[in-house]
Order: sequence, then structure tokens, then C-alpha cells
Amino acid sequence: MLEIKNLHVKLEEEDKQILKGVNLTVEPGKVHAIMGPNGSGKSTLSYVLSGKDGYEVTEGEATLGGVSLLDMEAEERAAAGLFLAFQYPVEIPGVGNMTFLRTAVNAQRKARGEEEMSAADFLKAVREKAKFLKIDGDMMKRSVNVGFSGGEKKRNEILQMAMLEPKMCILDETDSGLDVDAMKLVSEGVNQLRSPDRGFLVITHYQRLLDHIKPDVVHIMANGRIVKTGGPELALEVENNGYADILAEVE
Amino acid sequence: MTALTNAQRARQRLAEQKAQVSEARIAALAPAPQAGWSAEARADALSRLRAEGLPHPRDEYWKYTRPESLTQAEAPAAAIFTTDEKGIFDAIDRVNVVFVDGVFSEELSSDLALEGVSIERLAETTSDIHWASGLYGKLEKAGQDPVARPLAALNTYAATDGLLIRVTAKATKPVALQYVHNSETSDAMLHHVVKLEEGADLTLLENGPAAARFNKVMEVDVADGASFHHIRAQGRDHERRAVTHIFARLGTESTFKSFTMTVNGVLTRNEVVVEFTGNDAVAHVAGAAVGDGDFHHDDTVFITHDAVNCESRQVFKKVLKNGARGVFQGKILVKPDAQKTDGYQISQSLLLDDDSQFLAKPELEIYADDVACSHGSTSGAIDDDAMFYLRSRGVPEHEAQDLLVIAFLASAMEEIEDETLRDIMLGRITEWLERRRG
Ligand SMILES: Nc1ncnc2c1ncn2[C@@H]1O[C@H](COP(=O)(O)OP(=O)(O)O)[C@@H](O)[C@H]1O
Ligand SMILES: [Mg+2]
Repeated sequence: MLEIKNLHVKLEEEDKQILKGVNLTVEPGKVHAIMGPNGSGKSTLSYVLSGKDGYEVTEGEATLGGVSLLDMEAEERAAAGLFLAFQYPVEIPGVGNMTFLRTAVNAQRKARGEEEMSAADFLKAVREKAKFLKIDGDMMKRSVNVGFSGGEKKRNEILQMAMLEPKMCILDETDSGLDVDAMKLVSEGVNQLRSPDRGFLVITHYQRLLDHIKPDVVHIMANGRIVKTGGPELALEVENNGYADILAEVE
Repeated sequence: MTALTNAQRARQRLAEQKAQVSEARIAALAPAPQAGWSAEARADALSRLRAEGLPHPRDEYWKYTRPESLTQAEAPAAAIFTTDEKGIFDAIDRVNVVFVDGVFSEELSSDLALEGVSIERLAETTSDIHWASGLYGKLEKAGQDPVARPLAALNTYAATDGLLIRVTAKATKPVALQYVHNSETSDAMLHHVVKLEEGADLTLLENGPAAARFNKVMEVDVADGASFHHIRAQGRDHERRAVTHIFARLGTESTFKSFTMTVNGVLTRNEVVVEFTGNDAVAHVAGAAVGDGDFHHDDTVFITHDAVNCESRQVFKKVLKNGARGVFQGKILVKPDAQKTDGYQISQSLLLDDDSQFLAKPELEIYADDVACSHGSTSGAIDDDAMFYLRSRGVPEHEAQDLLVIAFLASAMEEIEDETLRDIMLGRITEWLERRRG
């Protein structure tokens, strides 16, 4: 599904190499987790995959379902089935949450040559999914993420994911800023979306989230590279001993 | 004879230049009526105009907007913009009054009868006595202090027509003034007087490019408990020029709300001067302007609080691209006895490229101690993070940009209370954006 080969990325504006040869393959139906110290390049990887400006790929490639992502515009990648749940969801004053969601759903459908979703079908789907995530009508009427609490912003990301039905979901520290109940809610939202033809890449610092969203594979990222890959037990090892041992071992 | 200092000489030269420009302008005008109820006010305006002189680029109040094309004797030509677009207020049930290049058109206008509203034409009321004589040129004159507005004095002196509207009840439908531009060299000058008696209520709509050059004054007297709603759409003609003044005087518990949408036009200067004379009144002045290329739009607002517990609110938003220029000069003056004043002012521009420019001079001058006043002014580009967020959800770049532009304008558009009118205005701005998609 998602295939990243020897990906090297530097900042466009300065001579700073951030990703130094990332290799990673996520198969359909699987959940991969990436853990790693702050500043190791996890968010950068998610941004580069989703097409944010400001980065330059100097080497390597990334494909989704065999199609190269790196030459596409951000919106084309989204239409191709890539979704990023942001570590810091953006506030957009003046754009209603519902309008935003509907515009996004229909823009993707249009890009794929599909018919627009009818207003009634859309409303029905939103209501159902929002209810599950405990997102009330008021949150849908407000401007995108404006005045939302940390937990509300993250739930709103999951709602978008649920409505857009992507093939490949990247979640960047979706657990940060969540209390236990909110984490459970968000995890359940994610688990509902798990399916044999959908892949997940879950970036997190904590084992906590992985108790709820059970990963098939765990990667450790450090200094712009995946330095270790293992099963769910690797996350437990990090939880108990921190990164020091693992980093010393790969040195 | 004592020698003049350099500064004195420079001042003298400036005064001479201004006098020259003013006299040339006055000479090019049709002579104003020497008789009738407005004659005295016109004569007074002429002498004030001569004493002050027309605006000069070196005047502080004209620092950001060049006045020459508005003051020169001949109107610069302006191509007529043809479109099969319907009139913006065509779908609204209204009394429609049409001026073509500043000339009233009986043929295009509807019947001027409306219950509780008397509508007369300035050019047709030539008797010696008229209710409007208490207002014509009077509010304009009051609004010349502390800042001179000579183009308004010029208008009081020379206006060829306009409407005298007296409202004694809640009007059952809006009065709409439609300004048609049909001649490439037209130079129109209209002067309206609107008097709302106690408890009366009127919505006044204005739209259209009016003329190659348009100078318009509207004096509005809102009596105790009366409400005046003003919604204006300035025409799309790219080369038109306009200077407009609104002078409003507000009585106790009265309401004054004015919203202007400006799309295109090579030069627009809209001045709004509001004075609170009765307690507990409300004045909102707002505008949304969108311009591309050869576009200069200036909002100049002066609000004087001279009564207790009044609320004033200014919300001005501009979207500028391809070197378009926006100007905002807004002042809130709170006099010593105007306690419990609530004054708010925001002016913001969204610059869609590096060539466009926003110049702002927000001012507060407060002499009372128990007041809440705030102001803010910003200019900036589209937020990259918001743009990426939208695109990462599959919204194409141009569509994302349009959404963000509309979002930027939202707080100004919300100043239009009537939902139907707000949707009409939003529709026009959306169309403007769509026409500009590269
Ligand atoms: N736009 C940027 N400008 C400057 N430095 C950046 C930028 N983006 C990322 N970095 C740097 O790249 C490194 C990796 O950052 P990031 O991808 O956010 O790490 P992580 O998500 O793993 O904490 C850090 O050293 C960070 O400071
Ligand atoms: Mg990060």
C-alpha cells in the first residue's frame, strides 16, 4: 500500500537534512506504529508524504498503491486516498466545520470522477459518525477547530478521516493532549475504520495509545531514520526503558 | 515689507495652488440655483469651499489617496462596463429610483409613492420653504470640523439633483437608488437628504457605478428611536471614480447601520461621518472591498461620541490583488461627557500578492474616562497552514483560496443583518473570485 524507499528530505530554505534514508512499507489492513524521540523526523515524514511545502526530497521515493506520491499536489494525494491526522490541527476562522467537511468530501469525489454526495446522504453520514465521536451539532456549526479543546480538535480529525474514507491513514501524535476517556473515544473511532484494505501509520510517543490501537509492526525512528523494527513488544520495551537502550544498541 | 520665511512661502504657494484648482473646478460647473430654499446653503458651501480649497496631495487627510482626479475640472473618461448581469437588488421588492449619469430617469424609476415615506427630488423642489432646509448642507457643514471635507462642500454647492426622503413610519419596503453609468465622460453630483422622524424605520439600498466620476453626499438625520439601514454595492465598472460622503446625526436610542460592498473601480473614497447627539444610540459602519490591479479604495470614517452609552462599530475588510491598494482612516472621538461609550474599530486587508498594499491610520481620541474602546488593523497574506490543511483534505488550491477569502470577509459580511441581502452580496463576491481564477 504505502511504500517508502530510501527517502531523504532536507528543508527547502536551509541546508538541513531531516530524513536520512527512510524505508518503510505498510501493507493493506495493517497498523504500523512509529515511535521515537522528539525531533527525530516523524512529523516531517508525515508532512512530506502529504505534500506540505517547504521540504525538498533529495533522494528516494514514496508510492501509494504503486503510484508515486511525491509529484502530486497535496489535494491529489488526498484524492488518491492519503489522509494525515495532524499533530496540531489548524484553526480556520470563518470557515464552518460542516461546510469544510462537505467541500472536502465532494472535492475528492469530483477528483476521482465520482458523483457528489447528496446533501441528505452527507448529513446522515456526518450525524452518525459525529455522534459516535461525541461531536455535537454546535461543533459542526463553529469555524473549523476554532475554540475547540485539544481533545475536540483530535476528535474532529478522526471525524474527517471517517467521512473521507482514505486508503492510508497517518496519525501524528493523535494521543497528545488527550485524557484517558478522550483517548479511548479516539481509539475506538480509529478501530472502527480498520479494514482489510486500509493501512495505518500511527505516530506516537506512548505505549498508552497502542494499548487501544493494536499495532502489527512497531518502528523506532531516530535522527531521520528507522533504526529498529519489531512487533508490539518493541513499544513495551520503549515504555519501560525509554529510547536510550535501543539507540545505544543500534549505534 | 518683512521677508517671508521658507515655510510661510511654501504655505502661501500651497494655498494659491489649491485656490487655482478650486476656481477651475467651480468654473467648469453649471451655475447653482440662486433662488429657492437651498440657495442659502449653497452659497454658504461655496464660500466655505473657497476658504478651504479643494484637497491637495499634500493635505494630511489625503496622504494615502491622490485627490487630483477628483478635483480636476474635467472628469477623466471611464469606459462603460457592459454585462448581462442582473441588477443586484432586482429580486428585492423595493421602490426603485434610477439616475443615469446623475440624471433622474422617470422612465426607469418606479412610482415614488410609499406609505410613511415621502420622496421628492432636489431639482424639483424650488419653493422658498422646505423641511430639508434644516438639514441640507447643515450636517455636511457640522461634519467639516475638526477635519475639512471640501469635496462635500463642493457637492452641497453644486449638486444637480438628489432625493429628499422623509420617513414618518416603518417603511414597508426598501427605497433603492440605482445609479446607471452610460456616458464615458459623465461627471455626476447628487445630494440626498434623509430625515427619519421619531420611531421611523427605513432601509435604503444603493447600487451602480453612477458615472465616469461621481460625487455624492447623503445627509441622514435619525431622530429618537428611529432606525436607518443602508446597504450599498458600488458598481463594477473598472475605470469609474467616486467620492462619497455620508453625514449622519443620531438621536436618542436610534440606530444607524451602513454597509458597503465595493467591487472594482479605479478610485473610490467613501467617507462616513457620524455624530451621536442622543444617548443609547447605535452606529455600525462596515465595508467589504475586493480589488484587482488598478484599484484604489479608501474608507475614511469619523465617529464622534457626544452622548452617553452609545455604541459605535467599524468593520472594514479588503481583499487586494495585482497591485491593488486599500486605505483605511478611521477615527473614534469621545467627548468628555460621552461616558459609557463602547467604540470598536477593525480594519483588515488580505493581500493576495506582494504588489498589493494596505495603508491604515486608525485613531482613538478619548476625553471621557468611563469608556471601552478598541481598535485593530492588520494586513497579511493567506495563511499557509490553513491552505495546506484544506488541500490535505482534498480541496483544490483555487477552491481553498476562495474559501479562505470568503472566511476573511465573513465578519464584515455579518454586519448585513438581512440574510437575503447578505446572501446576494456574498454571491457577487463569490462570482468575482470565480472570474479571477487563473
Ligand atoms: N520547517 C522547519 N524549519 C526548521 N526546522 C524544522 C522544520 N521542520 C522540521 N524541522 C526540524 O527537523 C527535525 C525533525 O522535526 P519533526 O519532524 O517535527 O520531529 P518529530 O515529529 O519527530 O518530533 C527537528 O530538529 C526540527 O526542529
Ligand atoms: Mg512531531
